[in-house]
Amino acid sequence: METFLTILLDGLQFSSYLFIVSAGLTIIFGVMKILNVAHGSFYAWGAYTAAFFIGKFSDMGMPDAMGFLIIIAAAIVVGLILGFVIEQGILKYMYHRDEVLIVLATFGLFLVLEDIILIAFGTDPYFAYQPMALLDSVELGGIIRDVYGLTLIAVAALVALGCWYLLNKTKWGTLLKAVIYDREMGISMGINVPLVYTLTFIGGAILGGLGGAYIAPTISVAPGLGTEVIVLSFAVVVVGGMGSIAGAAIGSIIIGILRALAVHELPQVELFVVFAVMAVVLVFRPEGLFAPAKPRKI
Amino acid sequence: MLEDKTSKFVLFGGVLIILAGAFAPNWIVNQFMFGFSRALAIVGLMVLWRTGLVSFGHAFYFGLGAYAVAILDIQLGVTDVFLRLLAGALVAGLAGFLLGFILRNYRDIFFAMLNTAISMVLFGIVVKTESLGSTDGFAISMSTIFGLAPETKYPLFVIITSVGVIAALLVNYYLKTTYGRLTTAIRDNEIRVEYLGFSVAHAIHLKYTISTILAGGAGALMAMSLGQVDPESMINWTVSGELVFVTILSGPGNVIAPFIGSLVFEVLRTYAFELAPQAWQLIMGATFLTIIFFLPGGIWSLLEKLGGRKNGK
Repeated sequence: METFLTILLDGLQFSSYLFIVSAGLTIIFGVMKILNVAHGSFYAWGAYTAAFFIGKFSDMGMPDAMGFLIIIAAAIVVGLILGFVIEQGILKYMYHRDEVLIVLATFGLFLVLEDIILIAFGTDPYFAYQPMALLDSVELGGIIRDVYGLTLIAVAALVALGCWYLLNKTKWGTLLKAVIYDREMGISMGINVPLVYTLTFIGGAILGGLGGAYIAPTISVAPGLGTEVIVLSFAVVVVGGMGSIAGAAIGSIIIGILRALAVHELPQVELFVVFAVMAVVLVFRPEGLFAPAKPRKI
Repeated sequence: MLEDKTSKFVLFGGVLIILAGAFAPNWIVNQFMFGFSRALAIVGLMVLWRTGLVSFGHAFYFGLGAYAVAILDIQLGVTDVFLRLLAGALVAGLAGFLLGFILRNYRDIFFAMLNTAISMVLFGIVVKTESLGSTDGFAISMSTIFGLAPETKYPLFVIITSVGVIAALLVNYYLKTTYGRLTTAIRDNEIRVEYLGFSVAHAIHLKYTISTILAGGAGALMAMSLGQVDPESMINWTVSGELVFVTILSGPGNVIAPFIGSLVFEVLRTYAFELAPQAWQLIMGATFLTIIFFLPGGIWSLLEKLGGRKNGK
């Protein structure tokens, strides 16, 4: 029972940050049809920015609770700056090009952003444990969990709820869905599609940054962060169905739980399991497990 | 098969490079070995790229080729350079042929992603398996040639260059056969190709298998040139990205392009690394973006333009 609970909580915690990152990836894909490899860098930038300032503020003697503000601020600042600059500076000029070529361009961006991190923050790892230490730990069904990890699950749920609300209950969501459904029709109905694209990309980038910023206190923030998370996010969106928030949620839960199960029961297959599932889903249901089948050529 | 300009140039250039290599300093010979090993994989990716397919997972075959060499070396003590090359190409080619039955039905990002998934499965296995060297990989003993252990790197350089020449000639010939000419035709319009009486699935399967054999051979040669294999620099998805990068850098124009592109890549990487060890990826990424934006035909199109100007065209 205790092992089961540990696996479940570990899995959900892992799913949570994967979901936050993947939600950003999948929104960008759904609206703009861009598979954004540079999304891994948004995550890494979020993590580094948060870790750096949490450390700085703590050294200055500020209260540790500031950490939570810093996390949110880091995500927004990173998303706004990187999202705006990349969309307006580069991607804007590529929309008429081949889908695959845009993927390659974002890979080039990924390489650039990874190195700017190294130049800006150096190669030494950062530890921003303060927010985590602040929240202490609780006993839950016989096992001890740190509260910070549990809040991660809550944050993911909030993000999911927020996305759902935005898409289904607001005017912006309706516009977004119109653009997803038929871009040209959207333009002819007077929707400012370039603006929708810019805002979508920034929004997605903020989510990528938030995933990194929120996980930062629980890990050692070191080079190579983005490299790992981006392929995991690919697995998530592929399993759930690309371009759907619900798909990202289901995909991240499946991947998260499976990985936690592997870590505890059979650590040798930890990575293998994730990508084997991704490959199997691509082979048998390329549109994703829970996405409605579309007449799109694969 | 050897009448056309490209074939003559490849033969002539190959002989010239082999002769020049005898007098070149060691570091240049090394650059050529790495460059030409990689170029073999790029030739295969170029064939796919012409068909409109980009694989973001060919590090799978590259890694299979490299690890075939390592495992043969450790388990059976095979050191012969030709056996190693053959094993690498065969293992990768066989895997590619089998997976090709599935992959030939995929296009665009789905093709790219399924390849990524497959390569990451192998990455996941190798990283977590102690008997496969885990994250450290293996060191590989020096290659021998017909039982003789060469004292310098030069013999291996000659073999790599020769393999490159042969592969370039064969692929150049293939691209002129009917099935080879179906590359761009498939990219332009699959349905018309089917109406003409050809099977798109078969054509793509063949191209895919060719590309995997070449990637496996490239991995084997790279493993021998480097003297070691490890998952991070042989199988991880960033390696696949690197291979695609060199393909785009080279351009799809001609089978010679991958060799020039790979050399440029090696030189670029060495100098970028020396000038700014923290920023070499930045330089590569920026180069990549520049090529995508301003030089969609890669370096080859640039050379063509320069050549055209000289001839007064």
